[in-house]
Amino acid sequence: MDLTFDYYLPVIWAGLIATAVAMYVILDGFDLGVGILFPFARKEAERDQMMNSIAPFWDGNETWLILGGGGLWVAFPKAYSIIMPALYLPVIVMLLALIFRGVSFEFRFVSKPRHGHWDFAFAAGSTVAAFCQGLILGGLIQGITVENGAFAGGAFDWLTPFSLMCGIGLVCGYALLGATWLIMRTEGEVAERGRRQARTILLIVLAFIALVSLWTPYAIDRIGERWFSTPNIYYLWPVPLVTAGLALLLWTALERNHTATPFLATLGLFLLSYLGLAISTFPLMVPPSVTVWQAAAVPASQIFTLIGTIFMLPIILAYTAFVYWTFRGKVRPGEGYH
Amino acid sequence: MDFDPVLLARIQFGFTVAFHIIFPSFTIGLSAWIATLLVVWRRTGEERYRELARFWTKVFAVSFAMGVVSGLVLSYQFGTNWSRFSDVVGNVVAPLIGYEVLTAFFLEATFLGIMLFGWNRVPPWLHVLSAVCVAVGTSISAFWILSANSWMQFPTGHVIRDGIAYPEDWLKIVFSPTFPLRLAHMLIAAYLTTSFVVLAIGARYLLMGKHKPYAGIMLKMGLGMAIVLAPLQAFVGDMSGLSVRDHQPAKLAAIEAHWEADAPGPVPLILFAWPDEALEKNDFEIAIPYLGSLIVTHSLSGSYPGLKAFPPEDRPPLWGPFFGFRIMVGLGFLMIFVAWTGGILWWRGRLETNRTFLRIASWMWPAGFIAVLSGWIVTEVGRQPWVATGILRTADAASPVSAGVVLTSLILFVVVYGVVFSFGIYYMNRLLVRGPVDLSREDEEAGPSRTLAAVGPGGREAYGGGRP
Repeated sequence: MDLTFDYYLPVIWAGLIATAVAMYVILDGFDLGVGILFPFARKEAERDQMMNSIAPFWDGNETWLILGGGGLWVAFPKAYSIIMPALYLPVIVMLLALIFRGVSFEFRFVSKPRHGHWDFAFAAGSTVAAFCQGLILGGLIQGITVENGAFAGGAFDWLTPFSLMCGIGLVCGYALLGATWLIMRTEGEVAERGRRQARTILLIVLAFIALVSLWTPYAIDRIGERWFSTPNIYYLWPVPLVTAGLALLLWTALERNHTATPFLATLGLFLLSYLGLAISTFPLMVPPSVTVWQAAAVPASQIFTLIGTIFMLPIILAYTAFVYWTFRGKVRPGEGYH
Repeated sequence: MDFDPVLLARIQFGFTVAFHIIFPSFTIGLSAWIATLLVVWRRTGEERYRELARFWTKVFAVSFAMGVVSGLVLSYQFGTNWSRFSDVVGNVVAPLIGYEVLTAFFLEATFLGIMLFGWNRVPPWLHVLSAVCVAVGTSISAFWILSANSWMQFPTGHVIRDGIAYPEDWLKIVFSPTFPLRLAHMLIAAYLTTSFVVLAIGARYLLMGKHKPYAGIMLKMGLGMAIVLAPLQAFVGDMSGLSVRDHQPAKLAAIEAHWEADAPGPVPLILFAWPDEALEKNDFEIAIPYLGSLIVTHSLSGSYPGLKAFPPEDRPPLWGPFFGFRIMVGLGFLMIFVAWTGGILWWRGRLETNRTFLRIASWMWPAGFIAVLSGWIVTEVGRQPWVATGILRTADAASPVSAGVVLTSLILFVVVYGVVFSFGIYYMNRLLVRGPVDLSREDEEAGPSRTLAAVGPGGREAYGGGRP
């Protein structure tokens, strides 16, 4: 192994983990979003329809979260051992929320006709999990206190107005994914409500994107410098422009009753915001002090797992796609997949 | 009152692992059994096997969901509570967990969708294949977890520089010396656990005079597996004992409550005692001469080092390994006895009519779970005071977080697990009491008529309500 390979290896891994997290955010994002919108459906048949549209997928979707967390430990044990203690409480509360919503898929079906509390568990679990993920994201962006390679801050360092805003922002973002998913995958009242909700939520999400885009560079100097110094600003100005374009596309698609476009446009919005985030932080693994190279596992470990990843990832993507294809088509009211 | 964050983190890990291990040890066997039923159905065309598979799939879904969510917690706890562990052995252990995610979790989770919802959606061969994929996935998962755990028990294939473990030989790390036997022991335990659950439910239905055609299949398939697996497990367990003798002598001494450092053989087998760690002796000891030597060294006069051969700070706590081992082995013998008694009755054609046997069999459902839990206590407590033997002590492995934070999350876990898992077990029991016949009645009501189905069952039933 020459030096260049050892130099790029952590970068490759950072890319892989970023991919896993992006997969998680868009896949579990829409099923968490359906959970967030769950309380707005009053009729049981509509709730069944909403849940049926995600029931075959949620477990596979959530596995990307394990790959993201596990991958971080595999490739960057140093970062993992700093980030997890620093964000201890939001991580634990997220896990507890995911427990509630995860079991409510099964419990809701077997406890019928008395399943009201599992409807609540599903909605509340989805919302709290999404909010905590936003807190984790915000806590990470704003930076973690590190001394001698270990977390050296307090238990509530993550709790700031900025991270709270990220939490609410992510709940709204997931809700938009959920609403557009329902437009695409359901019929009748559920899809109609999704269309109405998507418009309102889109406006809120755009407000949050604008707020984060202004707040982050203003409050965090290194990010401001990254975006507004020359020559970076010449390369980066298309990012907000494309974002605005996608938002416009989404709005008109909603107006014109398109079915798949709103969901795809929302995915685009998410990926662009995510790209913006990556531009803001790379090559930091634990802002503001630990880079991908400092946090990396030894090359032997990274290579060993990289071989398996290169081999397995296409297979995983293939059978994930296969399951989505198997359960394609719309879920009609009162009907699942017959 | 002052709390020790390490102790709290250990309680939290022990609590969450103990909850988690119950579900995989059931779902590994159950998924294999459902796959077997579906294969038999495809071969024979006998609808009963398919109905039975559908019925057990519902039970599987509930228990798998609980296994998934409690496992998710564990994968993050390495970071939240044990960040020093993650850092010191992360280079070696993390890739093994990574491979579990890559090769097992996605396979299980993805094909679970088809297994649960594909009854009328996909061709039967694909549905059977999905069930097989889920079963294989759960076993691959066990492979990697036991590989990682075996390395922590007896690390090989690494070097230590500045207190950090670096991988040197992946083959030695993945296949560390204690691994093959421990994997076999765990997989057999999982299959045995499921066998006794299936056997017990079959016996329960026969006693109640319900679901007879299904009960017969369950009774015989559960019993058939148990007749073979229970003695095989005793054999594998004995070999594991020899492996512990060779690789973890302090754990063996704790299991046997054997104190003398270098007394010549023969060593007696202590059946029961009340170990006193402060005075380094046993009270109320009941022992059988020679048997200790015979079991541990396979000779009548062999000896092996006792606890006094190890400095006090390197000795594992005694109670967990000593009593856990006795419970596990006692249940193991009970399982052999019940299985073979059932075998004799079967041979004489009296299996389904002997009510005494059916009653005993119906009480046997928790046997596997308790044996797995106590075996796990033997293994994990016996490894103490090390988290990775010789590399990192448990006391040095914890995160730099305050006791208050760990205590808060511990309380949350206890409350949430208490609520969620009590409901889960209640629902599973309700499904089991209803039984498979109820399921086919639902079909008759909802199946043939599409118009009825449109207003009829929502939810889970909406996916697979009718017959193909």
